[in-house]
Amino acid sequence: MIPLLGIPTQVLFGQLLLGLINGSFYALLSLGLAVIFGLLNVINFAHGAQYMLGAFAAWMLLNFLGIGYWPALVLAPIAVAITGIILEKLFLSRLYRLDPLYGLLLTFGVTLILEGLFRSLYGTSGQPYSPPAMLTGAVNLGFMVLPIYRGWVVLASLVICFLTWFVIEKTPLGATLRAATENPTLVQAFGINVPRMITLTYAFGVGLAGLAGVLAAPVYQVSPLMGSNLIIVVFAVVVIGGMGSILGAIVTGFALGIFEGLTKVFYPPASNIVVFVIMALVLLVRPAGLFGRER
Amino acid sequence: MSDPLLHIRGLQGYYGESHVLHGVDLDVFPGETVTLLGRNGAGKTSTLRAIMGILRRRQGTIRMNGADLLRTPPHRIARAGIGYVPEERGIFASLSVAENLTLPPKVAEGGMSLAEIHRLFPNLQERAGSQGTKLSGGEQQMLAIARVLRTGVRLLLLDEPTEGLAPVIVQRIGELLRTLKAQGMTILLVEQNFRFASTLADRHYLMEDGRVVAEIRREEMAGKMDLLHETLGV
Repeated sequence: MIPLLGIPTQVLFGQLLLGLINGSFYALLSLGLAVIFGLLNVINFAHGAQYMLGAFAAWMLLNFLGIGYWPALVLAPIAVAITGIILEKLFLSRLYRLDPLYGLLLTFGVTLILEGLFRSLYGTSGQPYSPPAMLTGAVNLGFMVLPIYRGWVVLASLVICFLTWFVIEKTPLGATLRAATENPTLVQAFGINVPRMITLTYAFGVGLAGLAGVLAAPVYQVSPLMGSNLIIVVFAVVVIGGMGSILGAIVTGFALGIFEGLTKVFYPPASNIVVFVIMALVLLVRPAGLFGRER
Repeated sequence: MSDPLLHIRGLQGYYGESHVLHGVDLDVFPGETVTLLGRNGAGKTSTLRAIMGILRRRQGTIRMNGADLLRTPPHRIARAGIGYVPEERGIFASLSVAENLTLPPKVAEGGMSLAEIHRLFPNLQERAGSQGTKLSGGEQQMLAIARVLRTGVRLLLLDEPTEGLAPVIVQRIGELLRTLKAQGMTILLVEQNFRFASTLADRHYLMEDGRVVAEIRREEMAGKMDLLHETLGV
């Protein structure tokens, strides 16, 4: 194998793939956070727990009802979205007129409750979840061996991110969402049911987290703390991309995953902090984030 | 005379603790152009905002074509057939001109088609892909009016449509409103530009301190100039 920059290509591309996988989850989760923050002005700290709920929903569907991966890919996000609708209707909707800090505190509390509940039910050790038969195995690409499921995760997140971006930026529904983000009162005066749109947007955002959870279940162990391990990095991604920026969340998510992967190759001790160093630098130069607009 | 399209009685309105409308009474009949005149803070904009449900704390009676708007959720008020053109136009920066134009949903049949709107406002077609807020002030005002004309509304609420615009644009807006009136549109216009309003309206309501203090018909204008000068400072 020919070394590249003094690193064996298998190692380099292996880490790049890992970076892409992580980047896929960063992108999917930060995308949901960006959509929610954009319209609701809520910093949804429960996002990690909702990602965990998605993974557990898939695991429960399989173990309790015998429903496999493909149906779970649809059913689990819907189930998580329904819990999101309940949360928004019962609690979050009461906080919109207050400082966003209250939304953050509420969703932080929800996270603690959900994680505590699942920890007491299933402990902290992860539950295994196998990928579907048609996505097992690996392909030798010559310069690296690509596990098929991991390739699927990257492809699926790219497609989901693109579709979400397309709907928000290029369709009449997206135009209504963007307008409601800017001036909800006027959009409502035009005859659009903004409260319902807010509820459905929150459901969509947390549904995305649930979907990421199902995709993650065969890659990582299904565990109560899988969300909290990820959410801090995801928040850093959202800040770097620009709070509420859809494109920022997607591009930054994938880019930071790759950057983190490359750091693991070239300077492993810095790999856990590189995202936060980038966040600090970006905040110094562009406080609204790389793709964000000053509010 | 026929029943009023818009009927307001004893309208009280509040922004938080601040009591801004103190019993507004007014009627707008089908096909009429009516203006609300008054100095800054007289309650003109608040009256429009109360009609649209943007001013949430309100009491009294607001009926549109018989429907009780105080009991109507804010997102359904437009569906009663009311198009709102707010002060400072409310053009969305994150939307293109075309997206701004097609944003409000149709509330009834009979609205203008896009082709008719483009014939009336050719600039909006030429700049369809531009960011809405990149248009000139006059073009933004045209866009703000055009987007509600698509929706099939029967009553237009216009809040200071001439504010900050060059005289030639003000003249164009005047021509547009005359065209709409000729087509049977009912218009409730808030204006500080008395010269502009006086040439357009069938009736004027003079507002002061959150209430209507006088109603002046077009034919009574000459005899009421002293009152107008005193109230408006024109």
